[in-house]
Amino acid sequence: MSDLLVVDGLEKSFGGLQALSGCSLTLEEGSIGGLIGPNGSGKTTLFNIVTGYVRSDAGAVSFKGRPLVGGKPDQVFALGIGRTFQLTRIFARLTVLENMLVATQRREGWLRSMVRGSESTVEHERAMDLLAFVGLARLWDSSAGTLSYGQRKLLELAYVLIAEPSVILLDEPAGGINPTLIDEIRSRIVELNRQGTTFLIVEHNMEFVMGLCDKVTVMDMGCAIVSGPPDQVRADPRVLDAYLGSVEEASDDAGE
Amino acid sequence: MSPAASPAAKADPTAPLGAVQSRAVRRAGVGAWGAILLVIALVPVFADNPTITSIGVFTLIFMACASAWNGFSGYSGYISLGNGVFYGTGAYVLTYTAIRLNMSGGWSMFALVPLAGLGAAVVAIPFGFVALRVRRHTFVVITIAIFFVFQLLAFNLGFTGGSSGLTPPTPNWVGATFNNPFYYVAFGVLIFSILLFWGVRRSRFGLHLLAIRDDEDRARGLGVKVLRVKMTGFVLAAFVTGMGGAIFAFFVGQIFPQFAYDPVFDVTVALMTFFGGIGTISGPLLGALILEPIEQYLTIQYSIGSVYLIIYGVLFLLVLMFMPRGIVPSVGDWVRSLRARKWRQGDGGAVPVVVTPPAPENVPVGARGPE
Repeated sequence: MSDLLVVDGLEKSFGGLQALSGCSLTLEEGSIGGLIGPNGSGKTTLFNIVTGYVRSDAGAVSFKGRPLVGGKPDQVFALGIGRTFQLTRIFARLTVLENMLVATQRREGWLRSMVRGSESTVEHERAMDLLAFVGLARLWDSSAGTLSYGQRKLLELAYVLIAEPSVILLDEPAGGINPTLIDEIRSRIVELNRQGTTFLIVEHNMEFVMGLCDKVTVMDMGCAIVSGPPDQVRADPRVLDAYLGSVEEASDDAGE
Repeated sequence: MSPAASPAAKADPTAPLGAVQSRAVRRAGVGAWGAILLVIALVPVFADNPTITSIGVFTLIFMACASAWNGFSGYSGYISLGNGVFYGTGAYVLTYTAIRLNMSGGWSMFALVPLAGLGAAVVAIPFGFVALRVRRHTFVVITIAIFFVFQLLAFNLGFTGGSSGLTPPTPNWVGATFNNPFYYVAFGVLIFSILLFWGVRRSRFGLHLLAIRDDEDRARGLGVKVLRVKMTGFVLAAFVTGMGGAIFAFFVGQIFPQFAYDPVFDVTVALMTFFGGIGTISGPLLGALILEPIEQYLTIQYSIGSVYLIIYGVLFLLVLMFMPRGIVPSVGDWVRSLRARKWRQGDGGAVPVVVTPPAPENVPVGARGPE
C-alpha cells in the first residue's frame, strides 16, 4: 500500500498559542487511520490545514504524491479529500435531499451549473441510495434543520460521500451520539473502507478508535508523539503519560 | 407523506427555502399568479385612465427590481442595500446613450433597455469583487458606502450633467395611451425577471446560492466556488435592476443624481421583499404589488411625498408583529395547518401521521436574513 496523505512538519500558531509544532503523519491508501490526543493537541487544526480552511506557518502536506499546501477548500475537495466537522455543519434550511445535491458539482463547469436543473435523475438516485445507506431516506424532503444531532452527523457523512472522495477526514464522528447510532456509523465506515475509501478519524471514544483503526496516531502539544497499531499504541508509556492515563479508566467503563 | 417507495421520482427541489410545500398548495399558487399576471397584462386595455397606468408602470418596475433583489440577496443571504447603483446606472446609460445618438423618443428607445441592463451588469463586476469578499453586516455597510460613491460620481462627473441632470428624448405619443408602451415593456422585464430567477432557483447554481446562505464555508468545503457563484447572482440581479432603471428614466423624462441613485430605492426593494417573504419566488412580487401602488396613490392623491412613509410604517409593524417571516411563508404555514386540522377531523381523530410543517424554529431567523 502506498501513502495517500503525507503530513510533514506542520507548524501553526495562533498568536502566542502554538497549535501545531512540527506535526508529521502518514495515511496509507485504503486504511483507516485514527488520530487521538488530549483536547487542544492540534487535531482539528491539522484537519483545517489539510482541507484548506487554515494556512500553515511551515511544513508540507502532500496528497497522492503532489503538494497540497495553499489549496483552497473547494480545490482540496475537488482533488478528492472530503471532511466532516466536529460540530456538524449542514445546510439547515435546505431539505435533506438538497443537502445531498450541493456537493455533486465536483467535476462540473460554471456555465453548466447554471443551465442544469438541480435534480438530474442519476444524481437523485445516487443521493437517495446514499441516504438509504445512512438510514435517512424517509426524511428526504424534511428540512435538514429538523434533524437530530446524530442524524445530522449521518447526513454530513452522506453528502460528503456523494462526491466520492478518495479520503475522508472525520472529526469526532461518534461524539454525542447514542451507542446504537455509533455502531451504525462504525459499520458504515467499515463498509465504505472495504469499497476502497481511506479514512482519518479524530475521536475521543477509545473503544471506537481502537476497534476500527488500522493505525493510531497520538498527538500531544501539537506533535505526533506515537504512531502504530492500536495495541502497540495502547501500551506505549509516552501515550499513557500524555493521554491514556485517564482514558484507560474511560475504556474500562465503556467495556462494562 | 408516503414512505420511501419511490422517493427520488417525487423529489421536488423547488420548494422555497427548502421548506416542504405540498404540491396542491404550490399548484394553486402558480395558478393564482398566472391569473394575477393576466389581469395585470390587461389593465391598460380596460383602464385608459393615465393615473392608473402610471401607477402600473412604477409597480411593474418595482416588482421586477424586488424580484431581482430577492434573486441574489434573498437566495444568498447577502443583504444588499446598494442595488440603487444598478437602477441609477441603467437610468444614466439609457439617457446618455439616447442623447449621444440623437435618438427621437420613439419605440426605438426601448432597444436601449437591455443595453442599460448590460451597463449595470458591468458595473456589478467591480462592485461585487470588492463587496462580496465581506459578509453579513459588513457587506450591508459596504454596499451602502459604494452606493453613495456612485451617487457622488453622478453629481460630479461631466457627462452626467451633474446636479442639473439629463433629459432623455420625449416620445410624442398621445396623452391617454402615453403610458401603455412603458407599461408593456416593464411587464416584459417583469416576466423576464420572474422566469430568470425561477430558473435560477431550480438550477444547481441556485442551490449553491442557498447553500451559501446557510453555511458559506461549508459549501466551499464541498467544492462550491463561492465567489464565482455570488458574482454571477449579483450580476444577474444588476442586469434586471438596470433595465428597471432605464424604463424609469425614459418614463419620468428627466433624471437627477439623487433620484436615479436613490437611497430610498435601496431600502424599498429590500423592504418589499421582506414584506412579501424573502427567499420565495412570489414574496417580492407580492410585496411590490401591495406596497408600490399604495405609495404611488398616496403621493399623487395628497401630493406630499412622505405620507406613504407613515402608512408604510404601520403596515410593516403589522406584518412584523403577525407574520415575521413575510406574507407568503406565513400564509403557506397557515394553509398547511388548516389542511392538517381538517384532515385529522375528517379521519375521525386517527393518529395524525403527517403533513407536519417543517418545525419553523430555525426559519424565522432566515427570514430576517443571514445571521
